[in-house]
Amino acid sequence: MRHTLAVTVENNPGVLTRVAGLFSRRGFNIDSLAVGRTENPRISRMTIIVEGDDQVVEQVAKQLHKLVDVIKISDITRSPYVDRELVLIKVNAEPASRAEIMQLVDIFRARIVDVGPKTLTVEVTGDEGKIDAFEQSLRPFGIKELVRTGKIAMLRGIKTSSKNNSHKEEDTN
Amino acid sequence: MKLSGAEILLKSLQAEGVDTIFGYPGGQALPIYDALYDSDIRHILTRHEQGAAHAADGYARATGRPGVCLATSGPGATNLVTGIANAYMDSVPMVAITGQVSRALLGRDSFQEADIIGITLPITKHSYLVEDPSELARVVKEAFHVATTGRPGPVLIDMPKDVSSGMFDYEASGELQLPGYSPVKDGEPGRVLEAARAIAASKRPVIYAGGGVVISGAHQELLQLAELLMAPVCNTLLGMGSFPGNHPLSLGMLGMHGTKYANFAVCECDLLIAVGARFDDRVTGKLETFAPEAKVIHIDIDPAEIGKNVRVDIPIVGDVKRVLSQLLEVLQPGLGEAWRDRIQTWKKEYPLSYCDNGRLKPQAIIKEIYNLTGGAARVTTEVGQHQMWTAQYYTFTKPRSFITSGGLGTMGFGLPAAIGVQVGCPDEVVFDIAGDGSIQMNIQELCTAVNYELPVNVAILDNGVLGMVRQWQELFYNRRYSQTELSNPDFVKLAEAYGAEGIRVTKPAEVAPALEQAIRSSRPVMIDFVVDREENVLPMVPPGGSIGKMLG
Repeated sequence: MRHTLAVTVENNPGVLTRVAGLFSRRGFNIDSLAVGRTENPRISRMTIIVEGDDQVVEQVAKQLHKLVDVIKISDITRSPYVDRELVLIKVNAEPASRAEIMQLVDIFRARIVDVGPKTLTVEVTGDEGKIDAFEQSLRPFGIKELVRTGKIAMLRGIKTSSKNNSHKEEDTN
Repeated sequence: MKLSGAEILLKSLQAEGVDTIFGYPGGQALPIYDALYDSDIRHILTRHEQGAAHAADGYARATGRPGVCLATSGPGATNLVTGIANAYMDSVPMVAITGQVSRALLGRDSFQEADIIGITLPITKHSYLVEDPSELARVVKEAFHVATTGRPGPVLIDMPKDVSSGMFDYEASGELQLPGYSPVKDGEPGRVLEAARAIAASKRPVIYAGGGVVISGAHQELLQLAELLMAPVCNTLLGMGSFPGNHPLSLGMLGMHGTKYANFAVCECDLLIAVGARFDDRVTGKLETFAPEAKVIHIDIDPAEIGKNVRVDIPIVGDVKRVLSQLLEVLQPGLGEAWRDRIQTWKKEYPLSYCDNGRLKPQAIIKEIYNLTGGAARVTTEVGQHQMWTAQYYTFTKPRSFITSGGLGTMGFGLPAAIGVQVGCPDEVVFDIAGDGSIQMNIQELCTAVNYELPVNVAILDNGVLGMVRQWQELFYNRRYSQTELSNPDFVKLAEAYGAEGIRVTKPAEVAPALEQAIRSSRPVMIDFVVDREENVLPMVPPGGSIGKMLG
């Protein structure tokens, strides 16, 4: 099963290497890792999608906790959360197919961000399902290039996963 | 006040109570060495950076204070790597300081540049590259805090040369800035009660005590627990000495080269109380057959150790000493006679033994070291057969008396570690029990011992082969002895060349006089015991086998 981990870390040099390196050497599989700073410039937030059963993910979280730069880990998989990914797709767009592509862009509430003589570049944000569906619908035209940011996620409602709390254990067990 | 970065470093080290550093100079560490020239800190010059790291490790394990080692950049730093990895695997508090090229030269493959932070990421608890001199004092403070608290471990500080040579405003360090670091100390009371109930319900409990008991100084609490429950105690290799080996409830070591009675007891117990131990594969053997009938209580300060290898019924995260005290407050005494009798029968039926055929036996030498020192020696070992025999035949009764490389299994550890132990415990008798293979991996450190008049004793159990590898070849590789025969130097002459005393022993009658001479001597002594080549370490659980099924 795929788990979504929200990890707050100190924005120190090398923190990404520490986290990513831990995954590789312990043999854990990262599906996606997105990182950026938070409202506090000293703190970054990572959203890590990791594949594994509950026991593996518990071990992942515990090992991550051992990194001094890691402030907090929340496995938000089973809580209601919103998640988004951004994707840029450069697709073949001959004059004959342009209208059809633009229709798809409308349907998916995507945006055209660049127009070339033979291509269109579109951006779309959404959850994984939507992005997969959009990609599938553009595939017949010929995708020349595609880049995804990886998933970011945030709990719904009043709950947050960014504040430090004194009992780190709570979130991993 | 303006001070050089190196001076700030040394001032900060002194603020942490550091009085001794083990190290080796070189280009990018020169500003630090220059500052050391005027400092009160004692510097022990080893003959190799690996020796410095192991010496700092031995010092830390013997004294309980963090060990500090210092090396220059590039090759100096990479030579520390084995010693850092060794300390990491055995949870030893250590601060390793490395010189680094100047900040402007970083990342350009400059002369003697190595990304030592990158290289040591998997084997340090934390690390710092000091890019901002104003943070130096805080970095040192944090490094010692991280290295010594929670589950201890090595922390690396990489110092660019322009930081150590530049002049900066010095302010003593302020607050620690470690929002993500807060090790738990007390066990969760509900879990402690649950453990107490499980203990009360058990008929055949066994305590399995590891290095965590030594680190947390919980040997008194462990003794109380065992005596209150009348429960037998087996130790891991690193746990030896945390429970008196001469106590009737002691089962000695368990696992691959454990005693039969320890392994049988674990196989038949209905409750396993794991205290500061991490279920290493050398202990458990095949996991499915390890303590198959037992409920498992696991007490450890590192939450990641719980459930890593075995299923745990009652996990308690916390400092072993604190958790055991909590547990002792709520426990009732008692235990069925039947279990105690069964264990005593095993102890009588399957004692540790070896065939005394008149030849010089390694086991007999180790027993003699124990007898002649009254068990009061600090013993280090290298890695191999001699290490296992030491764990089996030297009766460790006190914590921090056995200093050995457990997790990493580092040949070449024992001699430099013995030097660190002797520096930390100048009035005590220190023995490195060595093999003829291992001793040659850091034999140059004999020169360090002579240089600083450290009377360490080296007992080489010399069988002319890489004994443990040869044993595996005999048992599991059809006696194809590939590359395990050693052609050795004359160890006596070598010792003398270094300025130490050398003694050769070939007959059982010569053992005691040689050891007595070594103990009396105020100089380092190396004794070459030419022992029976064919001797194997028994009992033995074949790798991956069930610990209830032992050879020998």
